[in-house]
Amino acid sequence: MDFYLTALLQGLCFSAIALGIYISMKIFNIPDITTDGSYTLGGAVTAVMLSRHLSPYLILPTVIIAGGLAGALTGLIHTKLKINALLAGILVMTALYSVNLTIMGRSNVPLIGTASLFSLLNIVADPNQNTFILLSVFVAIITLLIGYLLKTDFGIAMRATGNSESMIRALGVNTDRMKITGLALANALTALSGYLIVQFQGFADISMGIGIVIVGLGSVIIAETLINWFRITRIWISLVLVLAGAVIFQLVLAFTLAIGVDANLLKLVTAAFVLLIVSLPRLSFNKAL
Amino acid sequence: MIAINDVHKVFNKGKANQVNAVNGITLQIKSQEFLVIVGSNGSGKTTLLNLVAGSVMPDKGSIIIDDNDVTKLADYKRSQWIARVFQNPMSGTASDLSILDNFRLAAIRTSPKGLSIGINDKFKREVKEKIATLGMGLENKIDQPMGTLSGGQRQALTLLMSVMDSCKVLLLDEPTAALDPRSADVVMRTADKLISDFKLTAILITHNLKDAYIYGTRIIQMGEGLVINDLNQKEKAALKQNDLFDWFA
Repeated sequence: MDFYLTALLQGLCFSAIALGIYISMKIFNIPDITTDGSYTLGGAVTAVMLSRHLSPYLILPTVIIAGGLAGALTGLIHTKLKINALLAGILVMTALYSVNLTIMGRSNVPLIGTASLFSLLNIVADPNQNTFILLSVFVAIITLLIGYLLKTDFGIAMRATGNSESMIRALGVNTDRMKITGLALANALTALSGYLIVQFQGFADISMGIGIVIVGLGSVIIAETLINWFRITRIWISLVLVLAGAVIFQLVLAFTLAIGVDANLLKLVTAAFVLLIVSLPRLSFNKAL
Repeated sequence: MIAINDVHKVFNKGKANQVNAVNGITLQIKSQEFLVIVGSNGSGKTTLLNLVAGSVMPDKGSIIIDDNDVTKLADYKRSQWIARVFQNPMSGTASDLSILDNFRLAAIRTSPKGLSIGINDKFKREVKEKIATLGMGLENKIDQPMGTLSGGQRQALTLLMSVMDSCKVLLLDEPTAALDPRSADVVMRTADKLISDFKLTAILITHNLKDAYIYGTRIIQMGEGLVINDLNQKEKAALKQNDLFDWFA
């Protein structure tokens, strides 16, 4: 059971990344893969600051700003230099590898005996349950903030930018600035996942971000499938489904490992699972006559 | 209201596919004038409209709107004066957003989009009342996504959205080209009513010579990026529909 609890906790850690991908991919319609870099960036900044015993209250804003800058850079390259968003993301992601290595100073920073978000408060004795409560509160706050943002006038303009650019420009919105802000927000969220996971697993690693974009994508795609099934139009419910997507994704992976699939095949299973989810709505079980 | 001074626009300059879209047009459009532009495909009508809106920047010449030189101003900044209706109903509205969200954005066209929630009960009531004037029964569907509506309904709503915030100039680029005759009629009549009710200066591009004949207080014909016919209100009133067909003969 502990095994699935860990998966649940990981899912909660990854829900920030899922929200980030939801913003870049579903709201702005931009395929952003800066993710791999900004996730590790968030983790690297967290690990280095924690190991230097800096105040945890300083770490969170630093991580958000670092992730935001990475996203804004991708946005700038994409909008101002008119470079394809995928390529812009790849460029920033590649550059971030060196940045992350420089920040960390070596390829792995273990966190032993350092404070963490999860040791700040001890509500219940069981460490896993304690982590669960703290993570839930953390994720709930983020979701509430994002949900509120999307409801504001600014948020409506954000949603319209990815939907009908000609319309929103005619309505007085600088779409370039909007996209840069959106990618900054998405990558700040991604960095937050790095922040959470590093404290959860107790180390940062330079390769922790490799392929992480698929975790976010998979979660969003699970959420999208649910959104389409239930014809959800409310933003709050959509966001909650994105969180659910992140948790379901991790539970499926845990289940795969539990039934004895070789851990080396995990990425293959991940890819196959995402493919299955994507193709599910397109597979027709009734033959056309 | 709008002054276009010797404006030129060339696309793909120096390449094999160079297009001289607008070749030095000078045009004064008075306040509350309803200008109809006709002309064959490739005559530069849409480019001229895009130049006024700011989605295309001129190579030469200047554009003045309401005594402001807007020649170098981006389209989203010109939106403080200008509202637009596009040929494609998809372009003028955001299909995944609800009707209400679309109207909220339109209502704050000329102001910054801030971090407060602007949709409240009072705003919903206002929108419902406005939409009810169309007589399409859409006032009870304001929470539906825009994409669930027909092209005609969307164009009519786009028109209504343009007067949600202060508006001086209305640009209509073949607003009825994608619509069936009945919806087209409703949209044109709504446009005409809004233009006179809100005392707007309007530019309409159309291929429908009947609309060009019925609506507007001035008509110009464009060809090869130039104005080749220009009739004021009196001359337009004296014009017969067949004369317009002769322009294209």
